[in-house]
Amino acid sequence: MPTRRRALLVIAVLLVAVVLSLAGALLVGSYSISPGEVWARILGNSTGGEGSAGSDIVLGLRLPRALAAFACGGLLALAGALMQVLLRNPLADPYVLGVSGGAAVGALSAMLFGLPLIVIHGGSFVGALAAMLTVFGLARGDGSWTQSRLLLTGVIVAAGCGAGVALILSVAPEQKLHSMLFWLMGDLSHAGSPWPALAVLAIGLALVVPLARDLNLLSRGDLVAHTLGVKVRSLRAAVYALGSLLTAVAVTTTGSVGFIGLVVPHLVRLTIGNDQRVLLPATALAGGALLVVADTLARTVIAPQQLPVGVLTALLGVPVFLYLLSRQPKGGRE
Amino acid sequence: MSEVLLEARDLAAAIGGRTLVSCLDLHLNAGERLAILGRNGAGKTTLLHTLAGLRAPLAGDIRLCGEAMSALAPRRVAQLRGVLLQQQIDAFPASVLETALIGRHPWMERWAWESAADARAARQALAAVGLAELEQRDVHTLSGGERQRLALATLLTQAPRLALLDEPLSHLDLNHQIAVLKLLAGRARESGMGMIMVMHDVNLARRYADRALLLFGDGSALCGPVAEVLDAPTLSRLYGHPLRRIDAGGSDYFIPE
Repeated sequence: MPTRRRALLVIAVLLVAVVLSLAGALLVGSYSISPGEVWARILGNSTGGEGSAGSDIVLGLRLPRALAAFACGGLLALAGALMQVLLRNPLADPYVLGVSGGAAVGALSAMLFGLPLIVIHGGSFVGALAAMLTVFGLARGDGSWTQSRLLLTGVIVAAGCGAGVALILSVAPEQKLHSMLFWLMGDLSHAGSPWPALAVLAIGLALVVPLARDLNLLSRGDLVAHTLGVKVRSLRAAVYALGSLLTAVAVTTTGSVGFIGLVVPHLVRLTIGNDQRVLLPATALAGGALLVVADTLARTVIAPQQLPVGVLTALLGVPVFLYLLSRQPKGGRE
Repeated sequence: MSEVLLEARDLAAAIGGRTLVSCLDLHLNAGERLAILGRNGAGKTTLLHTLAGLRAPLAGDIRLCGEAMSALAPRRVAQLRGVLLQQQIDAFPASVLETALIGRHPWMERWAWESAADARAARQALAAVGLAELEQRDVHTLSGGERQRLALATLLTQAPRLALLDEPLSHLDLNHQIAVLKLLAGRARESGMGMIMVMHDVNLARRYADRALLLFGDGSALCGPVAEVLDAPTLSRLYGHPLRRIDAGGSDYFIPE
């Protein structure tokens, strides 16, 4: 029996996890700073003065990077949860409809021509939007807009983008390959300001949480949702547009970090059930916390060298996902 | 004079470019039960979905409880009519109780959570279909017949004035078929729920429906009290297979030759 009290409890627990993960990200690094000093820097009354190394590292490097990780983890996890409802397929992730493929083609093209960071970000966003609009336009087709048609169109567009990425990688000069590969695996070292992504995450949550009960019905089938009074067509279009936009913003900020969008909704669903009213905010918080932890590990495990964060999320994600897959009911009716 | 729940005028419905129903006039009063009979592909489900507002009619108009269906908000439609679909999709895990509770959706405000009264309604519906013991079970663990009865419990939890049931007896064993038909008859009698049921069993339709609508699949249809329209020549034409009427101690049964 779903209750509001239980939902608030889940959210409160996850908020604590988010705070802990952010605290960890601020404290840990190759340059050691005491917890007391980190706290003082955040409050802005440190003895070291404004321009000191500790202040620059905590406020200028670690904090924005941790916040960007939180925002992108949250965006990807939320987008994944939305795609799973939209496609009524537990194996869907934010990239399944080609958004990240489009972003990769855009970003890597900009890198190939040696364009500045802002153009790389812009290219990735434009690529993501182009892929999204292509899938949306093609999948509408005769207006029926079934999820198998949507899924198939998305997979084909993603495959086309994959070929584009392979082409760029094969013609790219060797010194550019490293940063291209990092982008493809997801990397937070060039994340830039976290505020746009955080704002989009907040707006996205504010838009979907009021629709959560309608999404519960949508996950049980378009016809069921329709019989119970949900405006299915407009809801599906809105969820698709929003899920793709959230993904586009995340990918633009960090590159295509894998597995967060697939695994986090599953982990949360296994723990608290499939009620979207709790699942959506909980997924965003859990995804954010997980990416903060993964990124903290990525920059510390073999410091001073950094790992692409996507490697860590995948190392974590693959075994969890295989475990979940083996738990799927066998021969269940669809 | 009892209230008219559903009224269709000059209705036409088509699927895949084939007109299955045309110029159909239909009305259903509160507490009335109508059975739709016809061959596979004759348009029974298409007509039911059209009457439910799930698909737009090719022509004609439908009035639900006195109002034009197309002018009603989806939520209001869902408060007035419920649909039992032919198939249930369970892509994600959910408990039996949660699944019954989705029937309360059209009655709940946007930010509301299910109240104790909603839970009571859902539990009563589960008890009515014999699933009270299973309320914590995952829907994936139910048998086909149990899942079918759960879908019916969701409809009862929704408590609409008009119920449109697409093969309500599918997957059910004999005793549950009769139990469900008796349950529905009780709702029709006691709370005036009107119902339109797509059925395959002519003899059960004859026993548990007031009227029958026969769809011949070529656009033509025949509607009337079961005792009048259900006879051997008509049914033989309907199913494209000869049927014989057997007199078994006062009640008649149709059996295929």
